[in-house]
Amino acid sequence: MIAGFFFYVFSAILLASAAMVVSSRNPVHSVLFLILAFFNASALFLIAGAEFLAMILVIVYVGAVAVLFLFVVMMLDVDFVALREGFQRYAPVGATVGAVLFVELLSVLLGWQISADAPVLRLSKMPSETQNTRAIGEVLYTHYLLLFQLSGLILLVAMIGAIVLTHRERHTAKRQNITRQQERRVADTLEVLQLRSGAGVQELGIYRPKPAPALRALHQEEGHHEDEAHHHAEGEH
Amino acid sequence: MPEGALSIGLGHYLTVSAILLVLGVFGIFLNRKNVIVILMSIELILLAVNLNLVAFSSALNDLAGQVFAMFVLTVAAAESAIGLAIIVVYFRNRGSIEVEDVTMMKG
Repeated sequence: MIAGFFFYVFSAILLASAAMVVSSRNPVHSVLFLILAFFNASALFLIAGAEFLAMILVIVYVGAVAVLFLFVVMMLDVDFVALREGFQRYAPVGATVGAVLFVELLSVLLGWQISADAPVLRLSKMPSETQNTRAIGEVLYTHYLLLFQLSGLILLVAMIGAIVLTHRERHTAKRQNITRQQERRVADTLEVLQLRSGAGVQELGIYRPKPAPALRALHQEEGHHEDEAHHHAEGEH
Repeated sequence: MPEGALSIGLGHYLTVSAILLVLGVFGIFLNRKNVIVILMSIELILLAVNLNLVAFSSALNDLAGQVFAMFVLTVAAAESAIGLAIIVVYFRNRGSIEVEDVTMMKG
């Protein structure tokens, strides 16, 4: 009874916020309404008895995907007003397609029934005594192990793809040069000097930085190489 | 599920998810230029699919639906990550995210 009441409340908010996602003027508002829609969908999952999926939806979608959307929307300096041109022009087409789709779905909903064999054809029967999370774990790590591993692989590929796509090589960044670090000797860099007290540094003729000859040669050679590499990269662009 | 005027069954869930799917499709048509909102509409459509899977899973007492909904969630997360990365790269190169400009990519 109370679940039925909450079902109507949550689904009304879900549909209203979904409508706001697609029709909002500001994409930041769209993302925030998307987050609201995900929260309400997870409440509907809870009412349906899928507790684990409800929590996963909040963690993965609200915690990761929606925040990713928010980052991208705020990071890109896009003129969103210009993007709204043609909003009125495309609305009738979209409404027509949406109405046709909705009528089709409704006709499916009305003339449809569950097969009598459905209880026999179940892939993995829901155990009545164990809780939802444990039951999912018991089938996920046994019957669906291969699919589980494959979905992990998909996530890995997506991660690598996103990094490769967005990674930029910065020439200004300072990197560790292991060869140079290993070639360095104490004599090249450290010098013990006798100083008179009261004498200035300039007076004594000490000017720093003063690279040692061996190090300087190495430096120049590397600088040359770096320049070449830089030109090469520029040429490719 | 409790019987009564407010008792909810499979039909209620299917109706909600059908409306959600139609809203997502409508959003794709409505925001023809803004790729980010199109991606959000795709998320809405996938959410409708997940709602269907969970509703059937609970109605038929079959856990496979919930497991499959989890895989859909995984693929949707991967898809949005790649999609947003492509949008960022595209914006860096072109300075806009209009869908109609994407035809420049061919050949």
